[in-house]
Amino acid sequence: MPKDGGIGASSKRREDVRFLTGKGRYTDDINIHGQAYAYFLRSEVAYGKINGIDTSVAEGMPGVVQIFTAKDFEGAGGIPCGWQVTDRHGQPMQEPKHPILAEGFVRHVGDPIVGVVADTLEQARDAAEAIDVDITEIDPVLDMRAALADGATKVHDELSSNLCYDWNLGNSPEEAEQVMNSAHHVTTLELTNNRLIANPMEPRVAVGDYSIANDDYTLYTTSQNPHVIRLLMGAFVLNIPEHKLRVVAPDVGGGFGSKIYHYAEEAFCTFAAKQCMRPVKWTSSRSEAFVSDAHGRDHVTTIRLALDENGKFLAIHTDTLANMGAYLSTFSSSIPTWLHGTLMAGNYTTPIVSVNVKAVFTNTVPVDAYRGAGRPEATFQLERVVDKAAREMGIDPVEIRRRNFITEFPYATPVAVEYDTGDYHATMDKLLELSDHAGFEVRAAESKANGKLRGFGISHYIEACGIAPSNLVGQLGARAGLYESATVRVNATGSISVMTGSHSHGQGHETSFAQVVAEMIGIDEKQIDIVHGDTANTPMGMGTYGSRSLAVGGSAIVRATEKILNKAKKIAAHLLEASEADIELKDGTFTVAGTDKSVAWGDVTLAAYVPHNYPLEEIEPGLEETAFYDPANFTYPSGGYGCEVEVDPETGKVQILSFTAADDFGNVVNPMIVEGQVQGGLAQGIGQALLENCAYDENGQLLSGSYMDYTMPRADDVPMFKVDHSCMTPCTHNPLGVKGCGEAGAIGSPPAVVNAVIDALQRGGHDVKHIDMPLSPDRVWMAMNS
Amino acid sequence: MVSVSMNVNGKPASGEVEGRTLLSAFLRENLKLTGTHIGCDTSQCGACVVHVDGKAVKACTMLAAEADGSEVKTIEGMANADGSLGVVQQAFQDHHGLQCGFCTPGMVMSAAALLSENPNPSEAEIREYLEGNLCRCTGYHNIVKAIMAAAGQDVSKIAAE
Repeated sequence: MPKDGGIGASSKRREDVRFLTGKGRYTDDINIHGQAYAYFLRSEVAYGKINGIDTSVAEGMPGVVQIFTAKDFEGAGGIPCGWQVTDRHGQPMQEPKHPILAEGFVRHVGDPIVGVVADTLEQARDAAEAIDVDITEIDPVLDMRAALADGATKVHDELSSNLCYDWNLGNSPEEAEQVMNSAHHVTTLELTNNRLIANPMEPRVAVGDYSIANDDYTLYTTSQNPHVIRLLMGAFVLNIPEHKLRVVAPDVGGGFGSKIYHYAEEAFCTFAAKQCMRPVKWTSSRSEAFVSDAHGRDHVTTIRLALDENGKFLAIHTDTLANMGAYLSTFSSSIPTWLHGTLMAGNYTTPIVSVNVKAVFTNTVPVDAYRGAGRPEATFQLERVVDKAAREMGIDPVEIRRRNFITEFPYATPVAVEYDTGDYHATMDKLLELSDHAGFEVRAAESKANGKLRGFGISHYIEACGIAPSNLVGQLGARAGLYESATVRVNATGSISVMTGSHSHGQGHETSFAQVVAEMIGIDEKQIDIVHGDTANTPMGMGTYGSRSLAVGGSAIVRATEKILNKAKKIAAHLLEASEADIELKDGTFTVAGTDKSVAWGDVTLAAYVPHNYPLEEIEPGLEETAFYDPANFTYPSGGYGCEVEVDPETGKVQILSFTAADDFGNVVNPMIVEGQVQGGLAQGIGQALLENCAYDENGQLLSGSYMDYTMPRADDVPMFKVDHSCMTPCTHNPLGVKGCGEAGAIGSPPAVVNAVIDALQRGGHDVKHIDMPLSPDRVWMAMNS
Repeated sequence: MVSVSMNVNGKPASGEVEGRTLLSAFLRENLKLTGTHIGCDTSQCGACVVHVDGKAVKACTMLAAEADGSEVKTIEGMANADGSLGVVQQAFQDHHGLQCGFCTPGMVMSAAALLSENPNPSEAEIREYLEGNLCRCTGYHNIVKAIMAAAGQDVSKIAAE
């Protein structure tokens, strides 16, 4: 029987009611009396030297409050990068300044040059049109290989080259080379992991406000982590101490990574609010979002896999060029390194794994985490090269994976991580069962009879979520801790407010976090509210990304609730005149073991706040506890994904007939929400595989700068998904045994789709070994007909 | 400036707007009906879909002045008279047809328009009708399922929740 509440129940989401009735409160819905509007004049060229900016005409135009250029921010810091990568020679990465407004040079199309604040948005926009920026264009640096060539134009004059870092992980390249040289077979694959744009449906918004009465600031912003924004912007950019800076991220319309970072517009609106003595609001248009939200992926990779005669993997050697764009976004440097290299062992026992990554500056929008963040790039290259190797050696793609699966845990990989649990054969079995793999040949024959090519593709992914512990990530270069916080405030009559440092922007925390507390105490979920998104009323937390919220934030809630229960038991023992050791809690009632003496939850909580009959000599009144949880390790979800496609040989169009995901997320709190997360991730992964591509022309102009040009997955591009999470190997080191599910769909699906298309083409007699994503009809057709 | 007046969610509404003011801006800024969302600037995303004289319209493709004299319905007008969720809204909650909620108003308005035109649509018809509504969170699975359920279809075989 499905549960109707607590852990494991598909509780309906309480947040839905406000979203379904138009009562959500997103940042653009916030308007403060007297607010002015900001508009940014952005670079129209990819690279250029600013000779002068003439704002004189604009300053006199109707409604203009103030016009800002870089010189107004001379006292401010640059937008900081939160992770310092150390290169293979022990040197820190090259880290250029990222000014709020362009200083001397513009370095990508969309780079903000001037900020105009006016009474209305239209007036700000009109004034910006009257500003004359004299720019001498410079040939932009776009191709990563060319960027690293001797004598290449530099994106930043003050740096020694366009190389941000040259980084190794795992075995040395020489060790891998030695194995390659003597191996029975080596499979090589060169590929591009296409640049993507996260495109949450809500564009970014920032509203800055300053109170002269209290000399304090408030920033309302579309953020996945308001505390991180407060710390970065306050301490590194604007020099505002935390107690004078409140950051509020109210309802946020999706993030997918792109709303993790501290952006220039946030600092601008906060700063300008004091300068103008008015609240200042900026709302991104979608066109602006395409050239100012951090992009994702954009790797160029060569991977080699050495195998013995039985298809056992002997060594992996991978070289990747990772595009950083023009500046280092908040977590950009960590994505191709610690979130990518560490996953290169996959699910396999390969004894030698050697990873090299060179991060490169180019005159493009900064690149940072996008759903999966490094892990999709690792999974894609590994699951593609494994498939290619299987074909080359004549081994079934399922079988070659099974021969190499890790089966004993914990398992220390050659690339710095230790998997705690998993059962990869189980998820593979589940995938084959749910996708009716056995019936594929019959279906393929039917397709053939209809003039279509049918293919089946598999991938089996590993993911690392809840990046931690803080002391380890500090050694790896993180400039922040990666714990999470929770305050559980029990009210006098027993209702509870939980203040979490996590942030929900679609994940349903308000429902699932309440389920956790309800389960622990044995009370109705409706008695519990989850508070998030405001630094003024939540403890310092690190926010939501990397599928960390339940594994890290949920664990903090468990720890704080345990403290609550410890204290409540003391109070109950006092009220029941019993020993604390004899107190048991069940269904919200404390009883003395072996007796019928009991006291209800609400009576205990009332005693805590009306302590007339209370052990004041032993414990304080009140019932409120805070916990900070710092995990011992990452969590390692895994799963088997299968995609069945039909390719139309006349047009090259790929149709996804079915997609099956068999995941192991450990324990699951709300199955409905987990399945929704996977379904959404699958659509994004299928989007990457078949539709989405962020393209620049040879001048650095963004060709895919609107929804007319950037192909978002639509309802008729995807099928109904088969999603299963019944294989559960609970995480061994967090109190909930959960692993995280937010990114899996986007990580596991692209290689499954591409493997399926290659399978279809090869079955159709086309000797196509690889096609770079997106597998649009023209690319597939060209591959078939070249 | 032009004067516009219309019936919005059954109540008269009027205002003075610039001729270029879009219906979406009039609803959000003049009437403070912020449930209608702006997700793009090329009329692609559908977060701003409302009903004008019973037809689904992207409110960013219409001037407020063009809606003068019309009956307009927004997401704020979709609940039952007693405040409980309407059939489509309830189906979206029951089947987890929303996550971040930003595309949701447009999805619900499109879904309601579809069901008034075609009370028993097939899965393919639903997917085709939603061509103009982008969702980045759900992968559309549960949106399609919710609309099928709102049409009274048995969706229990599609996937467990």
